[in-house]
Amino acid sequence: MNTPSDLKYAPSHEWLKDDGTVGISDFAQDQLGDVVYVELPEVGREVSAGETLAVVESVKTASDIYAPASGTITAVNDALSGTPELVNSDPYGEGWLFKIDVTEESEGLMDAGAYEAANG
Amino acid sequence: MDTPETLRRTPLHAAHHRAGARMVPFGGWDMPVQYQGVKAEHAAVREDAGMFDVSHMGEFRISGPDAETFLQYVTTNDVAKLKPGRAQYNWLPGETGGLIDDIYIYRVAADEFLMVVNASNIGKDWAHLQTQVGSYEVQLRDESDAWGLIAVQGPKSEEKLQPHCTADLSRRTKNSYFAARLFGMDVWLARTGYTGEDGFEVFVAADEAEAMWNKLLAIGLTPAGLGARDTLRLEAGFPLYGHEFSDTIHPLSSTYTWVVKDKEHLGRAHIGLPPQMKLIGLALDKVPVREGYPVLLNGAAVGHITSGSSSPTLGHPIAMALVSADAADADTYEVEVRGKAHAARRVALPFYKRV
Repeated sequence: MNTPSDLKYAPSHEWLKDDGTVGISDFAQDQLGDVVYVELPEVGREVSAGETLAVVESVKTASDIYAPASGTITAVNDALSGTPELVNSDPYGEGWLFKIDVTEESEGLMDAGAYEAANG
Repeated sequence: MDTPETLRRTPLHAAHHRAGARMVPFGGWDMPVQYQGVKAEHAAVREDAGMFDVSHMGEFRISGPDAETFLQYVTTNDVAKLKPGRAQYNWLPGETGGLIDDIYIYRVAADEFLMVVNASNIGKDWAHLQTQVGSYEVQLRDESDAWGLIAVQGPKSEEKLQPHCTADLSRRTKNSYFAARLFGMDVWLARTGYTGEDGFEVFVAADEAEAMWNKLLAIGLTPAGLGARDTLRLEAGFPLYGHEFSDTIHPLSSTYTWVVKDKEHLGRAHIGLPPQMKLIGLALDKVPVREGYPVLLNGAAVGHITSGSSSPTLGHPIAMALVSADAADADTYEVEVRGKAHAARRVALPFYKRV
């Protein structure tokens, strides 16, 4: 499992970067399997931490993505509409989902070590 | 609640773990859902050859002077047409409508048959057949634990198995069923499967199943899990018990109406009634649709998705849906996904057909 140390992780497997970028962890993409569709929120939407705001669909199943922070959606990864498999191939890079202008982070975010321990 | 400890295990359980399988509960069994990934396993079966552990399915031996007449009564297809060494897709109708199971029947000899049933229905089917025996002179034997069953599927199946098999596979047509030796082990082979591809189902003694699996791995067959099995059978338009069929779904709702022959059989009066729902195929541009999602026609709910996924071969989502018979002829529908309606085109089943 690849778990970069500069990110924070939600128990529901989203990662949050300092600049507000959000994606799903390497562990999560591996569990989901081949991603075939990603439904992203609208830019400008106000979100509360813990709210459902995206869906990642693999061949087998649809999984809700929860906001790891409160704030406003400032960008979404449009590349995923044509190549959703980026979530599998580069979950911390090209496969990012959306960016939040963060007002408050979700309680219960973990550092890389705690996240790995929770999913070991 | 099923836990890994209470789930049943096939003779290949250890082999799946060694192959890196992700295991899931399925019909009371601990089964591999995928090894390397659904798309890759799906592609291996469409383009080369893969193999599935289907040992969880049930095998009943039915023999005796009345074996044929008994099966004629408890199934809808014409068992009398089945010559020794041939296999047939068939249904077990309920007494009052619906299906108890969909099955495969293999004729071993004039008075001996093997019936293969869905894993989750073994207990129900066995009890049902027992109650129907009555005065038929027939013996039923549950051999489900005695057999390992491995489905080798894909266009290269024959080419890969032939060098290791005593039978001339090129002479064995679809739905043939025969004894042979494969890798020196005594097996029964059936040229059948559930993926829409050519292939063989290998019946091997349970205690030799793991040795067989390892031999098949060594000749380059790709292990494939329940995930690929489901996308392959969906593309092939094959209905699955519990989804397109059940105790409460009228059997003739499906496109498989040919499975009901004009003969005396259990539940005939109910099957004769026109079905209220019809099974259709849908294709969508992007959004995968899943079992249970509502299907709309002109804004009104007319049915629901029974199986849906993204088609790895076609590259877009496909689904089967049960819709009201009077709303089954439209060209376009909508499917409601998370509160939003998405356009779906009706397409002919199967979605994919081997050329």
